[in-house]
This record gives sequence, C-alpha cells and structure tokens, in this order.
Amino acid sequence: MTRRWLLPTLIGSMLLLTLGSICIGRITIDWQLWSQQDAISRVILMELRLPRALLGLLVGAGLGLAGAAMQGYLRNPLAEPGTLGVSACAALGAVMSIFFGIAGLHPWVLPLCGVAGALLAMSALVALAGFNASVLTLVLSGIVLGSIAIAGISLMLSLSPSPWAAGEIIRWMLGALTDRSFDELMIAAPFMLIGGVVILGCARALDALTLGEAGARSLGIDLTRTQWQLAVGIGLLVGASTAVTGVIGFVGLMVPHLLRPIVGARPGALLIPSALGGACLVLAGDIIVRILPGGSELELGVVMSLVGAPFFFLLLHSMRRKLS
Amino acid sequence: MTLSRITVRGLSFSHGSRLILNGLDLQLTTGCVTAVLGPNGAGKSTLLSCVTGLLQPDAGSVLLDDQSLTNIPPAARARRIAFLPQTPEIAWAVDVATLVSLGRIPFRGQCSDAQNQAAVEQAMQLTDVAQWRDRSVHTLSGGERARVLLARVLAGESDWVLADEPFTGLDPVHQFEAAELLRSVATRGGGVVLTIHDLTLAARIADRIIILNDGVVVADGTPREALTPDMLRAVYKIETQWLDDAGTGTPTIVIHGRCR
Repeated sequence: MTRRWLLPTLIGSMLLLTLGSICIGRITIDWQLWSQQDAISRVILMELRLPRALLGLLVGAGLGLAGAAMQGYLRNPLAEPGTLGVSACAALGAVMSIFFGIAGLHPWVLPLCGVAGALLAMSALVALAGFNASVLTLVLSGIVLGSIAIAGISLMLSLSPSPWAAGEIIRWMLGALTDRSFDELMIAAPFMLIGGVVILGCARALDALTLGEAGARSLGIDLTRTQWQLAVGIGLLVGASTAVTGVIGFVGLMVPHLLRPIVGARPGALLIPSALGGACLVLAGDIIVRILPGGSELELGVVMSLVGAPFFFLLLHSMRRKLS
Repeated sequence: MTLSRITVRGLSFSHGSRLILNGLDLQLTTGCVTAVLGPNGAGKSTLLSCVTGLLQPDAGSVLLDDQSLTNIPPAARARRIAFLPQTPEIAWAVDVATLVSLGRIPFRGQCSDAQNQAAVEQAMQLTDVAQWRDRSVHTLSGGERARVLLARVLAGESDWVLADEPFTGLDPVHQFEAAELLRSVATRGGGVVLTIHDLTLAARIADRIIILNDGVVVADGTPREALTPDMLRAVYKIETQWLDDAGTGTPTIVIHGRCR
C-alpha cells in the first residue's frame, strides 16, 4: 500500500469497524423495532454497544498515538506508553477504589480514581526525575513508579477484604470494554483529547530527535519543554484510558511498528496514522472477543496480550538478526 | 548573504572541576572558512557547542551580530546557525530525502512547503546525494552518510555552518569533496567554522586558523601565520615542515616525528 492511500484506508477501516462493533454481538439488533423507545434492541444499541464502540475507538486511538510518541521520543521501537509508569499508577488508583469499597458509591468513582492516579504519577515523575531530566533519568523514574504501583496492586490483591473484591480487581486489571457506558466515555474523553492535542504539538520535535539530542537542539528544539509536553500528553492519554478500561497492553507497541514500513520512519508522520491504526486494532480486538465461541467473553486485554507477546518476540528476533 | 559576525567575549566553561575554556575572546566573520585546531581536550568541541547555543557558558557571552545568543529564540538561532555534531546520530532508518528535509525544521511555518522543498532539492544536488533520495540512510556507507548529513546542514541555507570534525571517517576523495562544499558556503558569503585534526587539510581549506590549547587561544591568523613549526612544536610536541608544491603552491605539512 502506498502512503497516499494509507490515511483513507485507515479512516475507512475505522468507520467500518465502528459500525461492526455496533452491529456485531451475541444478540442481533432488530432494526424494525428501532422506533419503539423501550425496544430491547434500542437499549442494547444506545446503552451498551454505542458507548463501547466509541470508547474502543477513543482508547485505541489514544494508545496508538501515545505509543508512536513514546517510540519517537526514546528513539526505540520497543518502547511503549507504559514505559513512564503512568498506566500502572492509573491502575493502582482504580484498584484502590475497589479495595476500599468506594467504587460502588457512584459509577464515576472508579474511573476518577484512575485519572487521579495518573495525574499523581505525572507529578511524582517531575519530583523524581527533576525538571531538566535526561531521557535515561525520566525512563528510570518511570520504571520506579511503575514498580511501586505494581507492588501496591499486589498488596491490595493479597489483603483483599473479600473474594468478590479480589475477583473485581483481577477482572478490571485484565482490561476490557464490556459494560462501559457513556459515563466512562464522558470522564475519559476530555483528558484524552487534551492529551492528544498536546502530543500532536510535539511532531516537529520528534522528527528532530531522529538526529539525536544534540542534533535536535541544534535545530532549535527546546528538549526540556518537549519532554514534559510528552509526559503530560502521554500521562493524560494513557492514564485516562487505563482508568476507564483497565490495562490494555501492546497496542502502543504494535501499531507504530506495523505502520512504519508504509508511512516511513519519520516519527512525526507516524502520529496520526498510529492513532487511526490503534483505533482499528482495539475495535477489531473487541469484535473478536464478542464472536469467539465459548460460554463467557474473553477480556480484550487478554486477547491483546496473546497477540502482542508473540509480536514482541518477533520484533526482538528481527532486531537481533539485523544487528548480527 | 549579508555580512554577519559572531563575537565571543570572555567565554569560560568548566566540566566539574576541569576548566575547558578559559576566558576566550574571538570574533568570527562570514565569507571565510575558520578552522579550529588543538590537541584532544583543548576545548574545540566545547567552543563550537557554546557558539551554537547547545552549551551555556559559566561566564562570558556569545553575540550574533551584537545580539546575545541567549536572547535569540532557539528556532530563530537555528535558522541562522546550522551545526553538524561530531558523532551525528540517525535514530531511524529514514530515507535520504527525509533526512535532508530535517534541516528545514526551523523553517516549518516560516517558509512555504515549496520553498522548503526547493532548499532540500538544492542541498541534495550540491552534495550529489539526490540519486539516493529513496534509500534508507542505514544502507549507506560511512562516506555516503557523511555527505547526506552535510546536505542536511546545507538545506538550512543558514548564514553560519559550524561543523565538528566533519572529515572524520571520510576517505581522501570524500574529504576533498566535503572540504570543497564547505568552501563553497564561504564563497557564497556564509561563515564556516570547523574543528579539524588534519594539519595539511586545515592549511589548504581554511582562510583562518585558530589554535586552542588548554582552553585558551594560542594562535590566530592565516594558515601560514598560525601553523608554524614553532607553534606546532609548542602545542602538539611534534616536529613539522611546510612543503609547497612548486607548480601550484599548495602546501603540505609533513610531520617528522615527536620532539626529542
């Protein structure tokens, strides 16, 4: 496929998959009863499938965009949005709300706790790394944050007050779009849109970083500003998406890598295609979990990991071959 | 191009407890090639990084046409001064045309796409790299890559080109070609400042030689004034001799060995 046809193809696929996500499921929508307000098909469509499809689109686009930005910034195709530890901290925030039993008070509590976890993580990142941090210090600080968050989640699981709470935490941690409503969409969308705009503003700096830090600075790029612009953008995108869907891994790793042979390796040019590609991947994955045979629905995060882990292995293998 | 000058006043820079530049005063002008020489650790690369604005000096200032470099926004500075680092990194396997176009990043939003594209094409023609426009830079040889990186710098059409050891890793033919290209920048009225270790090449391509030793300027003048056997003995501890070609007058600096 040529570059010229890539964007129309991705947009077309995304629209088709959104439509597919609305129409495909275990219950077939009866369009003839559409005009009846209380028709079950209408309820399924408006209360379940439409928010699920829109959330899949938003979260996928966010993860794809954050992945492309992270790989561009770190100049490493193995980097992914979770590298800065923000997604793990968002997960910790959400898990804490289940652990302390406040998640049931209102549908907004759990996702808001997740967003709060992500925002706190970003502040902690500034405190840990310092404002003029090098790339290495920033990544190491992210790894420290992520490790602390994972330790906290493990602690919550071990001290879980009831098997139900433990089950809820595990189910949530697996990452899914099931049973999400417009509430989750309303909570995540503003943060993710702001994060997306902030990241798109870094396209020029990411291109310049192809020449390394000295090269980018000689081209007039303020790297300190770029670093924190990206940390805030990725934090908002990944934090808000993790807060509403749980942890959906590998999207940010796979999508930019799949698109790079078509778009070219210029990091700024990869941002928008990666957002569209991420949306397609998450929507496709969510349709697959619905149509897979079996008694209960497989979680989306599990499917992404099942596909993503071998992909990661192949990526590593091809890089080793190139190096040797 | 209009005449431009860079003024360095009392420039000092230290790395930890080690003083690298010690109160340097210099004036650089466009229209000539200035070569900065000196032993390893003399402060050549640090001087270039300070003049490019990549390093903040501990004391002193760098003025670009009487305006302090710190008061010039980074993008505006990058439009005036292009810099080729000593060990340029190319993180992604971008094609040659894309890499050269990175030199136009400071001009995005300032010039039209057509102007940017024209500058990229011209830089590729000048460096004779247009033939590889669709090739990945990672498939190029070291010499080819150096030419592409030079094209990236030239695409900026800046008043100044500062290059830190631009001939390292190039075979004699490509060294000659790269030197010719830098010379042509000065001929068109631009300013070229480069660091170099090859004494003969420096004597042949530079209009002005600055020799640094222990962070201070020990010689400043034309190649014949600065690269004297006495000076080279004092700075490098080597015995040298100038030989001029009888027909063309092209100089060669022969190194006989270390001082006894």
